[in-house]
Amino acid sequence: MQIRSESDKAGFRNVWVVAEVLSGKVQPVTHELLGAARPLADARGSEVWAVVLGSGVADGAPALAAYGADAVVVVDDARLAGFTDEVEARVLCRLIDEHRPEIVLCGATTRGRALIPRVAVMARAGLTADCTELGIDPENGDLLQTRPAFGGNILATIRCSSHRPQMSTVRPRVMKAPAPDPSRRARILRADVTPSDASLLKRVVEVFHDANAAFNLADAPIIVSGGRGMKGPDGFELLKRLAARVGGAVGASRAAVDAGWIPYTHQVGQTGQTVQTQVYVACAISGQIQHLVGMQSSDLIVAIDKNPDTPMMKMADIAVVGDVFEVVPALIDEIPKL
Amino acid sequence: MKIVVCIKQVPATSDAKIDPETKRIVREGVKAVLNPFDTYAVEEAVQLRARFGGEVIALTMGPERAAIALKECISVGADRGVLHADRAIAGSDTWATSYVLSQAILAIGGVDLVLCGKQAIDGDTAQVGPGIAAHLGWLQATYVMKVDDATATGLRVRRMHEDGYDVCDVDFPAVLTVVKDINVPRIPTLRGRLAAEKAEIPVWKPADIGCAPELIGLDGSPTRVVRTQPPPPRSGTTTVLDGSARDSARALVAELRRRSIL
Ligand SMILES: Cc1cc2nc3c(=O)[nH]c(=O)nc-3n(C[C@H](O)[C@H](O)[C@H](O)COP(=O)(O)OP(=O)(O)OC[C@H]3O[C@@H](n4cnc5c(N)ncnc54)[C@H](O)[C@@H]3O)c2cc1C
Ligand SMILES: Cc1cc2nc3c(=O)[nH]c(=O)nc-3n(C[C@H](O)[C@H](O)[C@H](O)COP(=O)(O)OP(=O)(O)OC[C@H]3O[C@@H](n4cnc5c(N)ncnc54)[C@H](O)[C@@H]3O)c2cc1C
Repeated sequence: MQIRSESDKAGFRNVWVVAEVLSGKVQPVTHELLGAARPLADARGSEVWAVVLGSGVADGAPALAAYGADAVVVVDDARLAGFTDEVEARVLCRLIDEHRPEIVLCGATTRGRALIPRVAVMARAGLTADCTELGIDPENGDLLQTRPAFGGNILATIRCSSHRPQMSTVRPRVMKAPAPDPSRRARILRADVTPSDASLLKRVVEVFHDANAAFNLADAPIIVSGGRGMKGPDGFELLKRLAARVGGAVGASRAAVDAGWIPYTHQVGQTGQTVQTQVYVACAISGQIQHLVGMQSSDLIVAIDKNPDTPMMKMADIAVVGDVFEVVPALIDEIPKL
Repeated sequence: MKIVVCIKQVPATSDAKIDPETKRIVREGVKAVLNPFDTYAVEEAVQLRARFGGEVIALTMGPERAAIALKECISVGADRGVLHADRAIAGSDTWATSYVLSQAILAIGGVDLVLCGKQAIDGDTAQVGPGIAAHLGWLQATYVMKVDDATATGLRVRRMHEDGYDVCDVDFPAVLTVVKDINVPRIPTLRGRLAAEKAEIPVWKPADIGCAPELIGLDGSPTRVVRTQPPPPRSGTTTVLDGSARDSARALVAELRRRSIL
């Protein structure tokens, strides 16, 4: 809602984290957000609340206290089985209207990025996408939100001074999850789904956990990625073995995806996923700009290519000059089995 | 089936630079293209029309030159384009952008389906599609990777998630955002190019379609970009390993150990 006076503003309190629970499991991004919410709430002298929406989610709710939630709002309803974002959006809007949080955070996952823009429009609130940094402006208490745009080539700082709540989606794996403290307790508040919330409903017919895609590229600490130089599906089998050895996921350039060697869900870059991992190992990827924008903010970049002069080899922290079909098997050999 | 495809004209690459003096994004001299994700939305619309008949309308909000992007859509099969251009919409964030687009969709009238790209490669928010659905109060399906089944009254679609996908039925009217998996966009034919060349693109203004002035442009936008800056530079030096495969592998493993990654 639009803020017209200081007393309007003062009517909004607390930092909310919209939890993501899949198959009964609270996702790591939710713990990260509870970690990010704590200093914001401290700076504002307010509380951290978690909001859990879903079917069969009530049991897991108290555990959110361990990560810093002071209160947990639970909406456990069979009509929230599957991901019915229209219904969840209406429920969240009612809760926002009733409790008036100052800040609402949600993971920038496919689900979060579907649900929260809908809520922000309905609540007439500003929403900053895919934040990597959050802070409170000491001058006026506004939330300062920093996010990459233009494929990571620009960092923009955004504020929403005249609307509340201030809403952000936050990129997974950027904020640090706090160490859980099992002795912490939270107040549990229950809320319902009303018949009118549930009147706009699409039917989720089936859910597939794709074992192959269950890698969650954005969440992997290490990505072993392959390009045109991997020469075929067998080359990617080799990369999968290396990835398995280091507990990582497999990524790919568009050239490899277009050749049909690996599904699109693995594509990194401008028209694929943007990743920010601890280690990105680029195997026979030349490093065209459309690929680089998807991975260049990784902590450590390792490139393996027989051509030492590619853009990827130039930008890498460690550049291995050699044939991937010799270097990768040697790596698999040298890395001790976990 | 009446389908509106929302498209955005964007800089040709997301290799944006910041002017070191003004700290603003350099837009001059950068070629503008149709947002790559939107080409999949156009293609899906054209394929649905081939099965069900009807009309495909490309819609954009942007500067006058965005008409070129609309013509690009016509060259691959869209029936017509609508450009929403006005100084009053400058500075619109995703709230205001999706509001104006939703009003334009209502003004077009009788629309069954709105298709958007997954995200625009400049703003990168992926918020406009769900925003349009929210303004209209319509069903939405995001990150759609496949249309499994279509009837005159709705679609069965697959939504991509990090951990797999789900299948859901959405009744019209609805808003979809699509990812690259969904199809292979066609190349314009000569006939398509001619149609695009000849097409007249009407220019709409927010006042013509009843947009509330306080909900558009900077005034209508809750978010403000207060600062843009380049990301911190990478540390710079590259360690080159160019010995035998075995030696390089050993050195690399040692380095990863030193950094406590292994
Ligand atoms: C609008 C648009 C969007 C795009 N989006 C993306 C995107 O999202 N992601 C993306 O990746 N690309 C994207 N591209 C494509 C991009 O421009 C490049 O074409 C692509 O990234 C090239 O893939 P590559 O590096 O695997 O292939 P190449 O450029 O062909 O590089 C192959 C490399 O492998 C090396 N090599 C070959 N054999 C061996 C060997 N045996 N051992 C060691 N090295 C070897 C070669 O020296 C070379 O450096 C996009 C392009 C456009 C126009
Ligand atoms: C550096 C920077 C950061 C920004 N950050 C934010 C932010 O965090 N929050 C915010 O609310 N605004 C933000 N904005 C403003 C935002 O970029 C604009 O509102 C923009 O018009 C739409 O957002 P997008 O480019 O992210 O589109 P997306 O939401 O990523 O686009 C998704 C799809 O919507 C359709 N679409 C998008 N724009 C149009 C259009 N103009 N006409 C027709 N169809 C369209 C297309 O189908 C597109 O594929 C930012 C702008 C800049 C320059």
